[in-house]
Amino acid sequence: MDLPKTGEFAHIGKSVVIKGELSGSEDLYIDGTVEGTIQLHGNNLVIGPNGHVHADVNTKVVVIHGKLEGNIRASERVELRKSAVIVGDIVTQRIAMEDGAYVKGKVEIQREAAKPSPPPATKPELQVEAKSAAAGSTPVTKQ
Amino acid sequence: MASVTHSFMKLFRGPSTVPGQGVRPVSTTQRLTRRSSGLGAVSRTLQSEEPICVLDIGSTSAANIRYLTQRGHKIYSEDLLEASTDPALITKDEQGQTILDSRRFLADNLVYPAAQFDIVLCWNLADYMPESLVKPVVARLWSTIKPGGMLLAFFHTREAGPDAPCYRYHIVDNDILEMQHVEARRDLRRGPTGVLHTSIEKSFRLQRVFNNRHVENLFRDFGSIKFFLTRDNIREVLVVR
Repeated sequence: MDLPKTGEFAHIGKSVVIKGELSGSEDLYIDGTVEGTIQLHGNNLVIGPNGHVHADVNTKVVVIHGKLEGNIRASERVELRKSAVIVGDIVTQRIAMEDGAYVKGKVEIQREAAKPSPPPATKPELQVEAKSAAAGSTPVTKQ
Repeated sequence: MASVTHSFMKLFRGPSTVPGQGVRPVSTTQRLTRRSSGLGAVSRTLQSEEPICVLDIGSTSAANIRYLTQRGHKIYSEDLLEASTDPALITKDEQGQTILDSRRFLADNLVYPAAQFDIVLCWNLADYMPESLVKPVVARLWSTIKPGGMLLAFFHTREAGPDAPCYRYHIVDNDILEMQHVEARRDLRRGPTGVLHTSIEKSFRLQRVFNNRHVENLFRDFGSIKFFLTRDNIREVLVVR
């Protein structure tokens, strides 16, 4: 899975900073900064080359070009490109890594399909639930 | 004994190597193949149908992750050599010498419960790691290995010389490794005037050569130690807790 074309994925641009809980039922491309948690059950996540994610991630497929600090649980597969930097544990069914990717953490392959919980019916699209009080700032910041 | 060891270790310590200065390993694509008796001994445990826990403290290797996860094992990857280049680790000892802060290093690295791992793949870490970190790291490794667990390490012989290249190791088969040279990285950076500069960072240098007695002393807390001699100026060492 290469970098998605605009329109195929919900897109968080490289100047965007999000602090809080990010959940949804569509594919997501992050090229900015996200701190918190990311729940995309049954959907795909791409972290672009400028992406910097400090979050636990729960998705179907995750493709990483940028940096991720947090644990990954992907029900289908994880793809780490050569520029990927991961600090955290990875649990998935399949993993593909390019030479040059950096991992500090555990890699565990689960043979049986981890059934993702169905997306909540009340959240058909991407939602950001910000912990603005904890973060001490507005949830979405344009830099 | 300690001072003699210290002096001996200085033999191959590069004078230009300053601990903590940002060195990030980059590997060329060319790989050399070598047979490894030590890995062969470890592989008997890796063939186990029971999932085991393996810690790889060399450079992140997709091949090693693939090899181990295909057999149902859990692999923990942690590049300690790169972690040792963190400039925040630089401190002074009682004599005012620049060293790396081992306590700080171990607060950020090798943080695992006691007796977690069945196998630790140490590769050539001890030969290239700054001296102030070597013994603390081995002591921490001892505590993270299960009783009866194994650690595989490689040590250069004196014939290797101070310019022996630093390799990362990829498991190809039960007793076959591929060695990939870790070289200096060239970084393009834009200066304050907007002009691009090329910065060339140093590669890892052989810090010292351990003889057999030094190796035995380094792993004296372990239950047993076994040496495998090879033809390429490397001694493979398998220690069992």
